[in-house]
Amino acid sequence: MIKMMMCKQATRLMSKRLDVPLSLKERFALRFHLSMCNACSECDKQFELLHQAGQHYQDSPTPQETPASDV
Amino acid sequence: MATATTNDNQARMQRLAAVRPRLVSFARLQLREPALAEDAVQEALATAIEKDAEFAGRSGYETWVFGILKYKILDSLRAQRRQGRWQPFDDESDDDAIDRQFQQNGRWQVAARPSDWGDPEASFANEHFWRVFDACMIALPDNIARVFSLRELMGLSTADICKETGLKENNCWVILHRARLRLRACIERGFLSRHDL
Repeated sequence: MIKMMMCKQATRLMSKRLDVPLSLKERFALRFHLSMCNACSECDKQFELLHQAGQHYQDSPTPQETPASDV
Repeated sequence: MATATTNDNQARMQRLAAVRPRLVSFARLQLREPALAEDAVQEALATAIEKDAEFAGRSGYETWVFGILKYKILDSLRAQRRQGRWQPFDDESDDDAIDRQFQQNGRWQVAARPSDWGDPEASFANEHFWRVFDACMIALPDNIARVFSLRELMGLSTADICKETGLKENNCWVILHRARLRLRACIERGFLSRHDL
């Protein structure tokens, strides 16, 4: 019987997989957890969004310190 | 022909002026000192003007300028490190900010459970999202922010981050995990509540 990984541990793996490929065992454990846990699925999407944010930074709208009237 | 070139130059200068605030914010998130960020951006702009002829239009002009800035930021980070201006990395101790999100048994605290942020593209097009993102990045401890920026803003691999920081790869993953959990909690508070931070 597989002991289900807890959420904190699952977030560790969803973070790690954005940096390096996971082992087969890790992938399986994470997929199993995500299929059962809504909160972690949301967290996984949020990590993915943060991961993409870096590439989007240069296209971000309206420079923060510039008054809109300058545009 | 000469007139066309001059017009091109003028158009580029205007685009540089327009992108400057974003360059400054980008540099500030990583260098953590406004004066150093200004310096890096000045140098990047000077290089962009000087090497204007080398811009072959392969990618967007702003992307090209951001690329130049990334090199300047790396130079500046290396100088900071050489000068001993980085606090030592402390990745052994527990992180209270993370522990507050989980119960003893490893499940989410009810109040910290992640919610749906909606369509990522809509977030990226939303000015408020970026204000919150910047504020949350600035709120991160310098050490954590530095590793996260190298990974997610500069696009370095964790192996390359080890070379830049002297960290072991395993410690890198620990720090990135903390950074992501802190950022997600901070952004969720600021972005979904629509409060300014």
